[in-house]
Amino acid sequence: MESVFRNRRATALMLTPALLVYTIVMIVPILWSVTYTFQSGNAVSGFEFVGLDNWIEFFGDSTAHDALWFTLKYAVVMTTLQVAAGYGLALLYIFFLQNKSSLVRATIFFPVILPTVAVALMFSRMFEAAPTVGPVNTIFMWMGGDLTDFLGTPSYAFWVVILMDVWRSMGFYAVLLYAGLVEIPTDVMESAKIDGASSWRLVRSIVFPLSLPVLLSAVIFSINGTLKVFDSIVALTNGGPGSATTPLTLYMFRTSFAYGQYGYGSTIAFVLTILCLLATVFVFRSMRKDVTK
Amino acid sequence: MSSATLGDAPARRSKKPLRMRVRRLPGWIGVGLLLLTVVYPMFWILMGSFKTQPEFLSEPFWALPQQVNLDNYISAFVEGGLATYIKNSVLAVFPSLGLILVFGTAAAYALQILIWKGRSVILVMFLAGIMIPTQMILLPLFNVYYQAGITNSIWPLIITYTAIGMPLTVFMLATFMRQLPQEVFEAATLDGANVYRIFWSVTVPLVRNAIFTVALVQFFFLWNDLLIALTFVTKADLRTIQVGLLNFTGQYGAVDYGPLFAGISVTVFGTLALYIFLNKKVMAGMTQGAVKG
Repeated sequence: MESVFRNRRATALMLTPALLVYTIVMIVPILWSVTYTFQSGNAVSGFEFVGLDNWIEFFGDSTAHDALWFTLKYAVVMTTLQVAAGYGLALLYIFFLQNKSSLVRATIFFPVILPTVAVALMFSRMFEAAPTVGPVNTIFMWMGGDLTDFLGTPSYAFWVVILMDVWRSMGFYAVLLYAGLVEIPTDVMESAKIDGASSWRLVRSIVFPLSLPVLLSAVIFSINGTLKVFDSIVALTNGGPGSATTPLTLYMFRTSFAYGQYGYGSTIAFVLTILCLLATVFVFRSMRKDVTK
Repeated sequence: MSSATLGDAPARRSKKPLRMRVRRLPGWIGVGLLLLTVVYPMFWILMGSFKTQPEFLSEPFWALPQQVNLDNYISAFVEGGLATYIKNSVLAVFPSLGLILVFGTAAAYALQILIWKGRSVILVMFLAGIMIPTQMILLPLFNVYYQAGITNSIWPLIITYTAIGMPLTVFMLATFMRQLPQEVFEAATLDGANVYRIFWSVTVPLVRNAIFTVALVQFFFLWNDLLIALTFVTKADLRTIQVGLLNFTGQYGAVDYGPLFAGISVTVFGTLALYIFLNKKVMAGMTQGAVKG
């Protein structure tokens, strides 16, 4: 039987289209992009070699530092909240709703597939202060608050972005973690219950340790996604007010396409790539130890 | 999967005592509020899509529209160009999706079922692509598309989408193919099927559900893409739905609320219709794919 599957011609024929597209449109541009970090210029004006200038600029550029800091802060806060909200919902589905959970799951999942731009426009209207007063401000004022320009105040704008992205993504993490939790055998749970374990104890001593592997994939997934945040911020705040909500991705986009600095843009993109690799390796290694303990 | 797991519905179908049900009431109220936070914003957008500009400016947010007329929808499609944006999205997404599935399935087969030296290296190379931020490939690609003179067409989107979809598609399908029982392939070889026949008549039908899942994931990903469309579409009449929607908000002064809400409604409820139709498949795909990823 092996001889049938040792077919060089078939291998070449079936692998080539995918490999070719992938290599030409992804691998080559990645390497090419690295060479841009040592150059300055753009597609229209041409390029010239500048050595490490882009890197020196990056280390001295306070806007870049703000963007880096925002990206890290956003990634940490979002990953924590996303996974926590997802885990809470997954527990709710399994222990409270049990077999009645499918409609709730489907409803909470729906925002996940909604276009981010539509969601962002919706949220910007909900948090609006002028010329119309949006629902959030109306409710806020009922409770005795003042009319607040949520998206015009840096500290609030950050949390509106977070709130929107948690709203958008919690259903995804809920279903992902739910899929991990349903695999826990019932007999382990039953015997713990017979031994008199409380529900809290049950979650802490059985459900949580047994769901660590799927939590690990959720965290890696989340960090990788949140470091690359772009759509939701562009559509909700466009990086503002000022540069209060500008992540590296958006700063890279601006330097490249608004100011035509391809070299510097590539440098920022490269920093982001390193960040993604480091985060994945770090989370993977630190959590692997816990899982196998 | 034969042993009982947490997801299996407990067989207790008998009526619970009233006291038990009252005790669960706060939980149900919590679930109700949770669902409201997901459903209400969309309901509010839908109601808003029927309101007139004066209604937006002078009435509170919870007021219902005085009459249901479709003027806002007409102006969203006619003046807003919504029809063009949807057409562009369809023209960019479906050809890409077709190429992703054909190339990806063939490559997964070549990497997972066919036997040759170095296949695991290539598989890891595909896998690495999942982590790389898209920002890393934007600039070289923009340069090439610009030099090739195709920036004023839909081609840059189709080419880039096809390549970007490749890593996840190849990886997911290879994972599913790994789980197929060896006996199937043995039987097929004994029956005298050649390597192409085994691909087309044995493997593809067996991973049909997985292909469908991948198609859904990629569809929503491409349909909701903002970054690539924003970068490579330079002409207004080539905008996809996300880029078009982003330009819907009044860039110059007052927001035209009605058409904006109508535009959001079309995207949100269009997605909802598709989701209701496919919900079971989406959920099944998520729960199957998650544990294996």
